[in-house]
Amino acid sequence: MTIIAQKPKCLTDVPMHYCPGCGHGIVHRLLGETFDELGIAERVIGVAPVGCAVFADDYFACDTVQGAHGRGPAIATGVKRSKPGAIVFSYQGDGDLASIGMAEIVHAAVRSENITVIFINNAIYGMTGGQMAPTTLVGQVATTAPKGRDPKLQGWPINMCEMLAQITGSKFLARVAVDNPQNVIKAKQAIKKAFENQVNNVGFSMVEVLSQCPTNWHASVPQALEFVRTKMMPQYPLGIFKDEGAN
Amino acid sequence: MSEKALRKGNEALAEGAIRAGIRFFAGYPITPQNEVPEYMSAHLADNGGAFVQAESEVAAINMVYGAAATGTRSMTSSSSPGVSLKQEGITYLASADLPCLIVNVMRGGPGLGSISGAQGDYFQATRGGGNGDYHILVLAPNSVEELGNFPKLGIELAEKYRMPCMILADGILGQMMESMSFNFEPVDPNKLGKFSWAVDINKQGRGKSKVFSYKGDNLIADVTERAKRYGLIEKTETRYEERNCENCDVLLVAYGLSSRACLEALSLAKEQGLNVGLFRPITLWPFPSQRLAELSKRAKAVLVVEQSLGQLVQDVKLAVGNNIPVGLNAYPAGGQPDGQQILTAARSLLTGKKDGLFDLQEHAANFTYNCERDLSLGVQGDRKGGK
Repeated sequence: MTIIAQKPKCLTDVPMHYCPGCGHGIVHRLLGETFDELGIAERVIGVAPVGCAVFADDYFACDTVQGAHGRGPAIATGVKRSKPGAIVFSYQGDGDLASIGMAEIVHAAVRSENITVIFINNAIYGMTGGQMAPTTLVGQVATTAPKGRDPKLQGWPINMCEMLAQITGSKFLARVAVDNPQNVIKAKQAIKKAFENQVNNVGFSMVEVLSQCPTNWHASVPQALEFVRTKMMPQYPLGIFKDEGAN
Repeated sequence: MSEKALRKGNEALAEGAIRAGIRFFAGYPITPQNEVPEYMSAHLADNGGAFVQAESEVAAINMVYGAAATGTRSMTSSSSPGVSLKQEGITYLASADLPCLIVNVMRGGPGLGSISGAQGDYFQATRGGGNGDYHILVLAPNSVEELGNFPKLGIELAEKYRMPCMILADGILGQMMESMSFNFEPVDPNKLGKFSWAVDINKQGRGKSKVFSYKGDNLIADVTERAKRYGLIEKTETRYEERNCENCDVLLVAYGLSSRACLEALSLAKEQGLNVGLFRPITLWPFPSQRLAELSKRAKAVLVVEQSLGQLVQDVKLAVGNNIPVGLNAYPAGGQPDGQQILTAARSLLTGKKDGLFDLQEHAANFTYNCERDLSLGVQGDRKGGK
């Protein structure tokens, strides 16, 4: 019998805690496949965040460090500078990366730390129960924006790829989604590129993944996928914002 | 061993850290410790290490968290307001059982305070400035010699017990120059064994290592296990220096720079017919309570000399109990102790006088205070401002 699909070797057998319909599990699988395909499994060290992915360190078969909220890029810097042969990734959500950890992500890019950042943008604080995130859309209801995000009070959503593209040290910035098979394939390609860059010492690479959160959006899974397409993508267009690793 | 040389405190500390095998340093500029990151930026890379000037104190301590997780001897240094910012990272380091070296070259506080040397961070260092039940090891040097030699002691203790170690110095120690030598051969960190707990690459089937701070359902077991280490440390790792402690009338207790002024007091005391001794805690946590309690049974009084407003004195009172009177000679917020003033306070303790002794209630005895809202200034209600 020929095996045509199986769990990546770089993922553990631990059942994931993510909610039904959540995008995290898909992204974890894409990371596992990438490590297997690039043959870097023995060199990967992951940095898990505070947020929904706080248990991500249980799901990857590689060594992992889990630290403080928003500090992933700083922790990854310490790991990478101490183990230059390691392939280090920081896995972060939108509150983690774009709010409390804004300084850390910006300066990791400024220094062009040779790390890979996976940024899960679902426009909400998931783990804490649906509070407004820096990426929450205008008008989107959250538990701390009960009347919907009002730009006069809470400002506008922040587009991280576009912002980080202004920084010379950013070498690869892509925004992808995992709402349908085609986009999952494109997400895989971007993630793989972001790790190939690290292998080739290109410098700071980040992939932003638009991810669905049916639980905190109070939506069915099909409704959540539709929200990603019709509400998030207009604010957060998919694409490659910077690619200086190709040269 | 090295030749004796005249060195500045902060530079001796930095060189001592490199000789102790520190190979990762992250820091942020703040007076009066800037010579430490400057020295590291010039010399760490040449010794096979990595220096990062971090975007913030918060980032610096978290870089240390990442580097320490790999088993690399790692360090950050700062001064009081910067160490406040590091507290998040310190409690995470404690929770993840990571060894590292943290240096606080103390300055005046609270807040931005002043850039003068001070000792106002005793509570923060010994009580844990971050959240949760934890301790860190705290070493208090009182000379450039100790500043240069404590990094090795500190990182070795930190690794032995898997916890952060702080070197609590101050701006004067950091800035002053003294003749000193390193009392150990430089450590080659490449020859140190690996830690089973550290994250690593190419592990050849040694199994997964996880360094993490969220303990969830295992938190009670985690914290109570760590408490056993704390108990062992209190029993075996206290360090202190004694001068004329066993037959004195007044036992001075001071650490760091304050203890240097006490040495002056000791020499003046002989001329003035006073019998004074000095007990200097070198480890502030674990505090050498047991030895201090023994010594307090032989003296007539204890005088605590500190450059803060009654912090060290609390640990001394816990140790001494009601055996004998405990007085406080305080020089808060950048004040500098003076041998003669110390002796004045010591004499007061023996004669029932108050000169040189600080007591908070007496300090505030005839003090009245009023800071109320004033309607004659207008009302707070109008939030729009202007017209």
